[in-house]
Amino acid sequence: MSITSSTASLPQRDSIRGAPPAGERAFSIAFSAVLGLGIFVALGGLAAILIWAVSAGLPRLDWGLFTNAPSTARIETAGFRTAIFGSLYVIAGVIVLIIPIGLGTALYLEEFSDRTSRFARLVDLNIQNLAGVPAIVFGILGLAFIVRGPVGIGFVAAAGSLTLALLVLPTIIVSSREAIRGVPRSLKEGALALGATPWKAVWTQVVPYAAPGVLTGAILSVARAFGEAAPLLLVGAVTFVTFNPRFWSDGYSVLPVMIYQYATRPQASFRLLAFAGVLVMLVLVLFMNSFAIWLRNRYERPLQ
Amino acid sequence: MRSLTRTAAVLAATALVLAACGSEEEPAAPAPSAPSTSAPAAPAAPAALSGSVNLDGSSTVGPFQEVAAELFMDENSGVRVTVAISGTGGGFDKFCAGETDGSNASRQIKESEEEKCKANNIAYDFIQVANDALSVVINNDNPIQCLTVDQVSQIWDEGSTVTTWGDVDGLDLPAAFASTPVTLYGPGTDSGTFDFFTDEINGESGRINTTYTDIGEDDTAAVVGVAGTPGGMGFIPFSYYQETKDQVKGIAIDDGNGCIEPTPENVLGLTYTPLGRGLFTYFSDVALAKPETVAFAEFVLDNAIEIAGLADFVPMTPEQIEVQRAKVRALTGN
Repeated sequence: MSITSSTASLPQRDSIRGAPPAGERAFSIAFSAVLGLGIFVALGGLAAILIWAVSAGLPRLDWGLFTNAPSTARIETAGFRTAIFGSLYVIAGVIVLIIPIGLGTALYLEEFSDRTSRFARLVDLNIQNLAGVPAIVFGILGLAFIVRGPVGIGFVAAAGSLTLALLVLPTIIVSSREAIRGVPRSLKEGALALGATPWKAVWTQVVPYAAPGVLTGAILSVARAFGEAAPLLLVGAVTFVTFNPRFWSDGYSVLPVMIYQYATRPQASFRLLAFAGVLVMLVLVLFMNSFAIWLRNRYERPLQ
Repeated sequence: MRSLTRTAAVLAATALVLAACGSEEEPAAPAPSAPSTSAPAAPAAPAALSGSVNLDGSSTVGPFQEVAAELFMDENSGVRVTVAISGTGGGFDKFCAGETDGSNASRQIKESEEEKCKANNIAYDFIQVANDALSVVINNDNPIQCLTVDQVSQIWDEGSTVTTWGDVDGLDLPAAFASTPVTLYGPGTDSGTFDFFTDEINGESGRINTTYTDIGEDDTAAVVGVAGTPGGMGFIPFSYYQETKDQVKGIAIDDGNGCIEPTPENVLGLTYTPLGRGLFTYFSDVALAKPETVAFAEFVLDNAIEIAGLADFVPMTPEQIEVQRAKVRALTGN
């Protein structure tokens, strides 16, 4: 609002105190309407998904959904326990991989590299391009290089972690760079002036103040990784696992793959289970995100 | 500045190396070894079974093996059986790379797949696990009850000139319906159902009217498409048709001996031709050298009728089961 009035009224300074001209008023009303519509679409979309999933999946919502193993012979008591474990394993692997690599890359690019160098520009360009690569392409990459090929760890949860980590790295790198750029240079320069080594200055002055931004990037990345089904279908997330998975061996499944599979079954009871699976996923995502936001708020200190 | 650049690089590299090292701790799936026909004796004490059996393949057979796996693990809690669904073709792709123990298939293995298995030194054999009546379905508003194989082929063949239902030869349709456009829904090329249908109806696997809508491995999508389009037509496994009889209409097929409905009786009586078929699971020699795989195959046959009932499949006849049992016995040397 303040932006529109200040820029539009520059040519006629006298009217600043008076009522703004009619055209400007109409513009500002229209602008608020667009903002309101934006909020409505965002919140309305979320609300629609929540209401739809809850109303459709409610008949199946009980603790068994979280504690029972999947079942095809006894659909009525089937649960998602093994898929929840599978998802959590895969996501834990993603977090362990992307935070150090993402933060490390962002720190290097922002604080240590010569930004005009050919290498830094090449890395920069590649990260931006990677962010636009479709998820399924990462799935194919994971199948060729992680499951088979040079890494060759087979169809295990770790392969899912590595593939999804590659998929979401650009997100966390870009948001971490923004966060690091937002830390005033004077903080680092002050530390350097007092004799700190460049590494120490960055670690003690830049990283703590960039942490909330880095965590925001991590939340976005993890939420995206959590909901991915397509690349995991390629790197071996199977549809029927009744035992809790292991990280380095055996088949595993994840929630989105189970929901996708159940939604395509002809039996109505499977489709009901798919809706219930959506609820399980929503609960887990909300829980994980609340934890991350709590963590971020803890680290959010005002600059002194 | 330089040394710190290095430090950061070293840190990033360490993380990568750690990830890579971790992966080396666990070797990849056992490399396919030379074919061996001598499998160890079947387990004497089933309670002691352990290990794993991983199956992949057809979306038609998948639900059957899921039920089988579940009941099997009820009795053998030490064995970890997993079932994945990537289509008959996708399943053979992994099977012939030595990545799975068994491959579910809604058709026989193709020559190109046989060659791939051979190139990787993987010997295999298959057992039939159930029967299927591949069902041709149309919209409930469509007055047709029966089509000949030639008529079905006229609609589905490559280069078909049929655009409305009135274009199909030899149909006596009400004028109001004759002008309804034909809209086709069928599974994708990774599907055994696709290969089987095109082979039986159009005479060559993969030969199809290219204007059809590819619904991938999701047979329910074909039902939704046909149910929502007055001129819709599709082909789906019997287990899917049985669950959606109120949404779409399965038509009888005339292969020269009159109109035959897609029913379990007609499949077992071998009169539902040419779309009655067997459903199979292929096992590799490496897998059959493991007692848990043999026990699983035997379990599937011993309980084939019960499993088919639970998973809505057309069961095998006792005679069919006996033939398959003999096959497993021959394979395992018992």
